[in-house]
Amino acid sequence: MTVPPEAAEFTIPIRDSTDVLRARGSARELAARLKLGSADQTRLATAVSELTRNILQYAGEGTCTIINASDDHQRCIRVIVEDHGPGIPDIPLALRDGYSTGGGLGAGLPGVQRLMDEFQITSQPGHTCLTMAMNRPRTPFT
Amino acid sequence: MRIPILRLGDILLTSIQVDLTDAEVMQFQTDVLHAIADIEARGLVIEITALEVVDSFMARTINDTANMAQMIGAEVVVCGMRPAVALTLIEMGRGLIGVETTFNLNEGLARLNKKIAQRGDSSLTDDEDAV
Repeated sequence: MTVPPEAAEFTIPIRDSTDVLRARGSARELAARLKLGSADQTRLATAVSELTRNILQYAGEGTCTIINASDDHQRCIRVIVEDHGPGIPDIPLALRDGYSTGGGLGAGLPGVQRLMDEFQITSQPGHTCLTMAMNRPRTPFT
Repeated sequence: MRIPILRLGDILLTSIQVDLTDAEVMQFQTDVLHAIADIEARGLVIEITALEVVDSFMARTINDTANMAQMIGAEVVVCGMRPAVALTLIEMGRGLIGVETTFNLNEGLARLNKKIAQRGDSSLTDDEDAV
């Protein structure tokens, strides 16, 4: 996977399932570089995998932007997943456990929300944007 | 890339060691089921130690594959799931349903052999000996 070493932000186009692997691999790589633990690396990569897969399933294509938003106090990885698909008509419903329109088992969005520290959705027909972030305090070694 | 399926007596052994695209995952599912049917395998081991990310799609596919294999007559064990993967799946509200899991391949084979012995059907090697 290729992550520009010092880039604060990079965007990966999501068009097929190899892009899902690329996006989650890049997210994991950044998490490892920020010395997040293996559980957090897996949480983040899995969350990215779920959301980018949703793009393929519901919108066909979109983008995944991974941002190193760390500052002096905390390490922060922000991920923005965007598409121009039909949108999510009822966001509270989509965030309810067990609800799915795409033939999944319905743990997609609520599952991702539980893995991350921040999770926001804005959606209208033609533009859906999901923003999520994982925040961890800095330690003397990070 | 296709996942190799190795034969060990009447057991089939597969190890997923790289991130798979969706098409590769579905190919794997088909290959495994055909391989089981072809040799009437009594058991299937799916080894996933190297998998660092199991998202809900992958979890569902592993689960489905195991249930399908059981449905056509094989015992199934999934082995080597990483702690971080288990943690993430459960936090997401997922899991593997109706599938036996073990820490490692060694235990996986032991568990399978026990289950196959409990079924009491003759093994392929016994059949071959009889012929």
